[in-house]
Amino acid sequence: MIVAVASGKGGTGKTTVTASLASTWGRPVAAVDLDVEEPNLHLFLKPEALREENAFLEVPTLPEPARCTACGACVDLCQFKALSLFGQRLAIFPELCHGCEGCFRVCPTGALVPGQRELGELSCGRTSEGLPWLSGRLRIGEAMSPPLMNQVRARMKALVAEEGVDVLVDAPPGVSCPALAAVQDADVILLVTEPTPFGLHDLKLAREAFKPLGRPMGVVINRAGLGDHGVHDFCRESGLPVVAEIPFSRAVAVHYAQGGVVAQMDEAMRERFTRLGESVRTLAGSRKEAAHA
Amino acid sequence: MHEVVVLSGKGGTGKTSLTAAFAHLAQNKVICDLDVDAPDLHLIAAPSHVRSERFLSGHLAEIDPRVCTRCGVCEEVCAFGAIDRADGTFTVDPGHCEGCKACVVLCPAQAIRFPERDCGVWHQSESRFGPMVHAQLDPGQENSGKLVTLLKAEARREASRRGLDLILSDGAPGVGCPVISSLSQATLAVLVTEPTPSGRHDLERVAELCRHFRIPAAVVLNKADLDEGQATAIETLCRTMDMPLLGRLPHDPEVVWAMVKGQAITENPDSAFGSEVRRIWSWITDLLFNLPARTS
Repeated sequence: MIVAVASGKGGTGKTTVTASLASTWGRPVAAVDLDVEEPNLHLFLKPEALREENAFLEVPTLPEPARCTACGACVDLCQFKALSLFGQRLAIFPELCHGCEGCFRVCPTGALVPGQRELGELSCGRTSEGLPWLSGRLRIGEAMSPPLMNQVRARMKALVAEEGVDVLVDAPPGVSCPALAAVQDADVILLVTEPTPFGLHDLKLAREAFKPLGRPMGVVINRAGLGDHGVHDFCRESGLPVVAEIPFSRAVAVHYAQGGVVAQMDEAMRERFTRLGESVRTLAGSRKEAAHA
Repeated sequence: MHEVVVLSGKGGTGKTSLTAAFAHLAQNKVICDLDVDAPDLHLIAAPSHVRSERFLSGHLAEIDPRVCTRCGVCEEVCAFGAIDRADGTFTVDPGHCEGCKACVVLCPAQAIRFPERDCGVWHQSESRFGPMVHAQLDPGQENSGKLVTLLKAEARREASRRGLDLILSDGAPGVGCPVISSLSQATLAVLVTEPTPSGRHDLERVAELCRHFRIPAAVVLNKADLDEGQATAIETLCRTMDMPLLGRLPHDPEVVWAMVKGQAITENPDSAFGSEVRRIWSWITDLLFNLPARTS
């Protein structure tokens, strides 16, 4: 089972919920950080990295300019302005390439040859409790996160196939392409929000973005007690189940600031996240039943 | 003209609350919400739309089933796994289509159309804090970087038309495509952080990004009293990376109460938090005085 922990608004507590669920899950589970722009899960799970490697995107290069006839086929194809003709000279802007590989296919002389652009790093390791951990880290200056996320996702699927573990995915904020790529494989999507006008507005956007995927969704309200009733009203009216509430308290914020996993703060928190884990598995079960029906 | 963009790396550190307060304090400016993915500034600025336009960007492949010979070339050439096959019928999954045109060009039957993609809407508005340019990307869409670039161009046009000398922008979290676009030609990046492991980690990355693009940056430490150790580490980071630490704001639910009322925190004249924000804003205006303005 794959559970994606997502949100529209940033800073609502995705990482807190992911790390807390991982520490109370009660059966084998892997923690996967797909917020490759700002990966934070490792700061709380403190895993030992077993392997780190660089990740690359295949981009065009022109090692022998003499083989290019300046026919313009690749330039006409490329939608991202990564290839351009200046007179008879082909110029390549690898940082604009999306990796579609179409230019290799349309080049009549085979002048374009695959090269690499570094996307960032892939890391995998284990936490002190032995939970597998996977993470991507976008290179500073690299604009595109989905290609690196897709490489982390491929590792994640291999891990599920090899070890048969459940997976908790820490997703990036927002509702555009990276957020959607992060929830793609999920059986259940948890939307973490806070009971404020900003939290509500972005929760609505997230629900709209993820609804077409047809996965069961549950809402975790963080900092409950702060703000107003908007989020509760919206969840009730739209039939989104509120699967957990984490009360607003300075103690929780301080525990997090000190690098602690919130579920480990006290027995009541532990119990809260153990119950959340059970609710999440029930939600996932509802999907399987719906699929069988 | 000066362009100030408020960023943070980590989400939820207080970018929008702080931008709204700056928008309340600043004179002669256009405000701009560059978090086109999950924009929230309008909830405080209360804009009325003067002009709204669809944002068309990029293309989307569409297979015409009447022309398709079901040869499967599109499926083979698509690097994004966007071609679905069900009962021998090929369709494009718009959620995965990158709009790269490879299948369009390589389809032997020329069965694939390539219409423009409608990605969202943008608005030119009048807000409580003056002219505002903002947008909403349709959920799940891409090209947020291009929409950011468009908003910045519109904000500049609006500023020159009205003779205003400042563009104040609320940015997106992260360090990817929309953030890189929002830094383009900025005069100053104001980085809002918090003394937590993630706040500090993400500040470091967004500060590196500013350095990479040679954009001067300054830091506001929000929720500063949560952890003294992290706060000190952030102070050290600011010194090492040569970024002024503009101020420390306390962890204060008052910020949320203002948001619930639809107000900027500085609109309450009695707020201590608000007076600290005023002091920060006046430091920013001093910094701008000494920074080179955009010429065009």
